[in-house]
Amino acid sequence: MTKLALTDDILLTVDKPARYIGNEINMVKKNLDEVDIRFCMCFPDVYEIGMSHLGIQILYDMFNKRKDTYCERVYSPWVDLDKVMREKNIPLFSLETQSAIKDFDFLGITLQYEMCYTNVLQILDLAHIPLMAKDRTNEDPIVIGGGPCTYNPEPLADFFDIFYIGEGETAYDELLDLYKECKNKGYSRKEFLELAADIEGLYIPAFYDVAYNEDGTIKSFETNNEHAKSKIKKQLVYDMSETTYPTKPIVPYIKVTQDRVVLEIQRGCIRGCRFCQAGMLYRPVRERNVEFLKKVAVQMLEATGHEEISLSSLSSSDYSQLQDLVYYLIDECKAKGINISLPSLRIDAFSLDVMSKVQDVRKSSLTFAPEAGTQRLRDVINKGLTEEVILSGAMDAFRSGWNKVKLYFMLGLPTETEEDIEGIAVLSDKIAREYYTIPKDKRNGKVSIVSSTSFFVPKPFTPFQWVKMASREDFLDKQRFLNGKMREQLNQKSIKYNWHEAETTMLEGVFARGDRRLGKVILDAYKDGCLYDAWSEFFDYDKWQKAFADNNLDMDFYTVRERSKEEILPWDYIDIGVTKEFLWNEYMNAQNEKVTPNCKMKCSVCGANTFKTGICTQKRGGNE
Amino acid sequence: MKARIKFAKYGVIRFIGHLDLMRYFQKAMRRASIDIAYSEGYNPHQIMSFASPLGLGVTSDGEYLDISLNSDIDRDVIINKLNEQMVDGVRILDFVKLRDDAKKSMSKVAAADYVVRIKDDYLESNFIGKEDEFITKFTQFMNEDKIVILKKSKKTESEVDIKPMILEYSFDDKLDNDTVCTDFCNKYSVYFKVLAGSVTNLKPELIMEAFCNYVGIEYNKYTYQVHRVDMYSMEDDNLISLNDVDVL
Repeated sequence: MTKLALTDDILLTVDKPARYIGNEINMVKKNLDEVDIRFCMCFPDVYEIGMSHLGIQILYDMFNKRKDTYCERVYSPWVDLDKVMREKNIPLFSLETQSAIKDFDFLGITLQYEMCYTNVLQILDLAHIPLMAKDRTNEDPIVIGGGPCTYNPEPLADFFDIFYIGEGETAYDELLDLYKECKNKGYSRKEFLELAADIEGLYIPAFYDVAYNEDGTIKSFETNNEHAKSKIKKQLVYDMSETTYPTKPIVPYIKVTQDRVVLEIQRGCIRGCRFCQAGMLYRPVRERNVEFLKKVAVQMLEATGHEEISLSSLSSSDYSQLQDLVYYLIDECKAKGINISLPSLRIDAFSLDVMSKVQDVRKSSLTFAPEAGTQRLRDVINKGLTEEVILSGAMDAFRSGWNKVKLYFMLGLPTETEEDIEGIAVLSDKIAREYYTIPKDKRNGKVSIVSSTSFFVPKPFTPFQWVKMASREDFLDKQRFLNGKMREQLNQKSIKYNWHEAETTMLEGVFARGDRRLGKVILDAYKDGCLYDAWSEFFDYDKWQKAFADNNLDMDFYTVRERSKEEILPWDYIDIGVTKEFLWNEYMNAQNEKVTPNCKMKCSVCGANTFKTGICTQKRGGNE
Repeated sequence: MKARIKFAKYGVIRFIGHLDLMRYFQKAMRRASIDIAYSEGYNPHQIMSFASPLGLGVTSDGEYLDISLNSDIDRDVIINKLNEQMVDGVRILDFVKLRDDAKKSMSKVAAADYVVRIKDDYLESNFIGKEDEFITKFTQFMNEDKIVILKKSKKTESEVDIKPMILEYSFDDKLDNDTVCTDFCNKYSVYFKVLAGSVTNLKPELIMEAFCNYVGIEYNKYTYQVHRVDMYSMEDDNLISLNDVDVL
């Protein structure tokens, strides 16, 4: 049995020691003497969050299928252990072999949200790896980043050796083969990175120089190494059914956020909502074959013993074989006491039938994401959902016994007026009014409506990548205004209004569209004690403000500034298939309140057909 | 059909808490396709209960899990099926079918055997240096008429004599197996049989704390590795292992 990196007195003092001991069901065990490459995969947040991420499970399984590679895991030590490790100078360790991260060949860090950036520095720091890529030697692991935030990795450019742009299933084999060859030939770190730059999808930030104009915008972005490409092409899986999928995912001991089998049914989305980054990044939408999904669903349930399975995709209702799949799963699962969870389903006759079969109607709630309060603004953001669809869907559900509704909206969308904000309250109330049209003896007590708002953050590679984000004060004004309007509604007692913190949103806005100069700010904030910024109990806005001031950088430059069409954007060197021209046209359509049809109805020539796969190769002309 | 599983919990699994171990077994039952009975209702759960939760950090050779099965199964078959699904640190030791009127083991526990070993790391720094000295002092301690400890609850503090709760003790722990944590244990060890269960429950840690007070050294709870050996039920004034009670 593996000797643990932490002693009993530490493990019995910190919260949830099971975060640090590994040894879970389906953890891969290998003999270190029999592998050439040691890869440590990291999710820079606490274990329960990191273990819930499908992407890491996919890559963990894929790497470990290679005989010459042993992939292990590490997550952010919680603040209690963080303190002990610093005091006692204990180096960060992997879960599998409980050995030092510094001894690995690769440290792969997934970047799922902007607020994890200080946690990235914590990982490097506790691992005793130099924080700055330029200070690393042949003795240090190659630090490689992946995930959605790498579609603008510039704020983290100083800390990473390589960024992998795109879906992980495709280019890693080539990279690992290259690494092994370089290691055998005794090549230096730099020689390896130069050869890695030749691989499609890999971005080596040190091989590029950025110059700035006096106003802070980018003057030029140029390569300084002949191996560096001027454009980095997004990597993508062409055939979603002929690819690797983790049929034996790791089963944690402690309850994690996603304590269930996750079945990714498709990647990408046909909808084209203009605020949604994932909807653009993962184009074209690619479905997995339904027979493939049935097979792996059963395999995963058998291999994990989980009591729940969840379908995962950006918009499950758009999956063409959904009914076939769901009814199959109901047959498979019901007798075994396994639950099925179906997020992101459009409310219609099919989904109500399914929900009544898999959930307790009295306890479960309906979820709608209108995102905006009026049809005008929903046209601006290209969110197809109409008020009629919401009201009739809700009414069907109410008649079948439901009485709880959750609604999700955004505040601060481009062109938003007071009428649009008030529309959130009005729509919430209308749904309640619909409920009370049902005779008293036929309804199920009181209706409960929970309306939540988040603040809109413009993201790279969306039609809104140029827009001015609302200021913190604007956000708070909008929130107060809406709260007042909620209180004016007839059914205000049935409506609960939830909102988000404005300050984390501002920082998210900075990093989302930030440039390389932010590296210093992140470093200073980390050194000043910022950590776990995604956790409101640890987020310290004052420290962040100080770090910006100390580096003479203005948050407003990154957030509340409208960009011109000509401006060089920090992420322009990345090619996601969808063209800048298409995004700009979509931005213009938004301003003209003009809706763009979804990919199943009509091709809008976004550029993703360069990949010649998925929806792009199918006949169109539906009317969904 | 009611049944009882005896298992060992050791190694790194000593850091897995009671509720998480329950979830672990629920998933293991599914993986092993055991025909376990579920409760009624909209969210059915497996009918399953532990005899007595084991403290975090403690290892054991004598843990018990009561389950209900929908169909008969051969003892060796279920033991093998479950052991195929276990991780390093949990091992199924036995399986017995119970009479229909068997009460839950939770309500039957009356006593338990423990072995306490003193960790090497702490020997030099804060423990009695020689084995003879330890044995002499501990024997003296156990020969006192009363062993009084201060029992603290949220509001009150009261003095309790724990001596009547210690049924047996010896310096020969008779243990020689891989489920005892050997990372840091040496020859210093004490075996206890103590009262356990819902009425009176004595943790061996409390005895060691009282001993430290007695000899005037600081009590450090990380100095000791506690290992549970077995649990007993009181049947006609005899202590019988839970593995042998209500057996069909």
